[in-house]
Amino acid sequence: MPSNSLASNTQSHFISGNEAVAWGARLARPHVIAAYPITPQTIVIERLAEWVSDGQLASEFLHVESEHSALSACMGASALGARSFTASSSQGLLYMAECLHYASGGRFPIVMMNANRALALPWNIYGDQQDSLALLSSGWIQIYIEDAQEALDMTIQAFAIAEHADVLTPVMLNLDGFVLTHTYEPVQIPAQEDVDAFLPPFRAVSKMDLDAPTNMGFTAGPAHYTEFKVQQHRAMLEVTRVAVEVDTEFGRRFGRSYGGAVTPYRCEDAEVVLVTLGSVAGTVRDAVDGLRGRGVAVGMLKLRFMRPFPAHEIALALIGVRTVGVLEKDVSFGSAGAVFSEVASTLAGAANRTVLLNFVAGLGGRDISRADVEQMFADLIAATTQPRERVRFVNVQETNNV
Amino acid sequence: MSEALSAKLSLPDDELFLGHKACAGCGGSLAVRLALKVLGERCFVVLPAGCMSAVGFVYPQLAFGCNAIISTFAGTASMMSGIAAAARALKLRDYYVVGFAGDGGTADIGLQALSGAIDRHENFIYICYDNEAYMNTGVQKSGLTPFGARTTTSPAGKRAAGARSRKKDLFEIVAAHGVDYAATATVAHTYDYLRKVEKARATVGTSFLHVLAPCPTGWGIETDQTLEVARGAVDCGLWIQAEYEGGHYRINKSPRRFKPIAEHLASQKRFAHLGKADIAAIEKERDGRWKRLQRLSGGG
Repeated sequence: MPSNSLASNTQSHFISGNEAVAWGARLARPHVIAAYPITPQTIVIERLAEWVSDGQLASEFLHVESEHSALSACMGASALGARSFTASSSQGLLYMAECLHYASGGRFPIVMMNANRALALPWNIYGDQQDSLALLSSGWIQIYIEDAQEALDMTIQAFAIAEHADVLTPVMLNLDGFVLTHTYEPVQIPAQEDVDAFLPPFRAVSKMDLDAPTNMGFTAGPAHYTEFKVQQHRAMLEVTRVAVEVDTEFGRRFGRSYGGAVTPYRCEDAEVVLVTLGSVAGTVRDAVDGLRGRGVAVGMLKLRFMRPFPAHEIALALIGVRTVGVLEKDVSFGSAGAVFSEVASTLAGAANRTVLLNFVAGLGGRDISRADVEQMFADLIAATTQPRERVRFVNVQETNNV
Repeated sequence: MSEALSAKLSLPDDELFLGHKACAGCGGSLAVRLALKVLGERCFVVLPAGCMSAVGFVYPQLAFGCNAIISTFAGTASMMSGIAAAARALKLRDYYVVGFAGDGGTADIGLQALSGAIDRHENFIYICYDNEAYMNTGVQKSGLTPFGARTTTSPAGKRAAGARSRKKDLFEIVAAHGVDYAATATVAHTYDYLRKVEKARATVGTSFLHVLAPCPTGWGIETDQTLEVARGAVDCGLWIQAEYEGGHYRINKSPRRFKPIAEHLASQKRFAHLGKADIAAIEKERDGRWKRLQRLSGGG
């Protein structure tokens, strides 16, 4: 867990995950904020609008007519070398899906907060991760946040990562809807001058400039398209290094750092490890502590980044682990959870024959209790050979009347 | 453009849209080229997917001499909004944000973003070059395809002879927002078009120009007939030259007598299948529209 700030000039506030993101965005001083409201993201843009309205934040705030327009406007701003921010969720994220690929292909270093929320149909405003995980191939860096302090700190770090000359790739910060977006926690808010020193103004390598006109966002045929896509892939791979550098520098200045793309917890001698992401990590950590107290060798591997996918770090953390479970709030119908598929793919080349189980839980905001997680560990401990059916839906009411 | 005509219009000979791959006789490319001669090189140009982006942005042959970018198909006005906002935030001076989008990109898929931008009074110039169908993808029907026109998705079949819906009245839709300046124009009425671009340039807030831009490929006309057919549309009353400014409508030119619609339609293969009843319906629609606009402009 992050330690308390050592820096001076910080203030502790009791704020929600959404407000922490808003504070992070405010401290990053974006030139342009364009956003469209959707539950449970609204508090983020309401706070930013308030600060712009009362002069505390000198950003241009665009009341756009859709999420598609929100991201399109952010791209326009970014094309001029301006810093831009938006936030969305669920249906809104899918509505802007075209622009997600467009922004990453255009190498626009936009930062967006996504309040993870279930997808219709049926309509459901509560948290799960189906929305962002359906968009893993959109070319955005995807970060999954556990608590409000990390939300604030990573919003600031996100701009530093996205705008790095070796990266120039947009970032999606994912916060579990309600569970994280609407939970209040004490959060250290850094001083503006300290953030300014950490995050200088964006200096675009390529932009539309009145003194040096350029054509951007062009067409590339079969003779050139692949090379642009290879560059995009390589830039994404650079994130692994850049994110650690940014986090280390952030830690040096603010006294809080979050490590790399994965955070192992009591994995060293674990026979059974549960891989997960997002706010449920706290519950899993508690369950691990409880089981460890009873002498059971279990651990947790928290994934902080899903893009770039930390395959190497995962493989390293899971060396010698007999059974691996993946707990996630999404499923690709007819296959498995998106995270499970990628973890399984990573471990497929491992020398040892790891047993793999996928726990799909928390869909549409259904609670995941510590007892649920303990049951998952019990299942994993019992699974000494690979069961044929690897995907298990947790806590399902088996009735024909549902 | 001949030097003599450039001088007469006080236009620079410099070309800001040059070396593109538009078809011979393309009305849309003329609308872009002429407008940029008025606006100059301190522009941020946005074009959505469509004819002009398809012919002007094929890496590494990029045809704009000023800043230019392709937006998503639906995102012309929203990307322009972001550019305008960034230009304000960055405190840039002496520049224009200008968009060139086709009829489908404006009146269909891009209408939502355009509506929002006008509502915010974004400081930009939006120019719709209207060639009355999705020409870039092979002449499919758009919301601005006129009644009766044959397209590849409104063919002249036995049950339906061309498009069966009327052309959306884009000028009135935009004006109804209380836009800062709106006008209709054609690529053939050069002085009038350039005057309106000039007016848009001087307008603080959102300017919208709806420019009739014939497409020889889609309309079934010879490549040297672009301007003549555009003039014909005005002469027979199917295209009304008008402006909306300061909350007031103004018809620029009211012909005492319309030239026959049938002759104008006969000049284009896309209307070749139309019978008398269809032509009568088009006349009726034209007359209704004139009455409405005359009423709106305080005349008639």
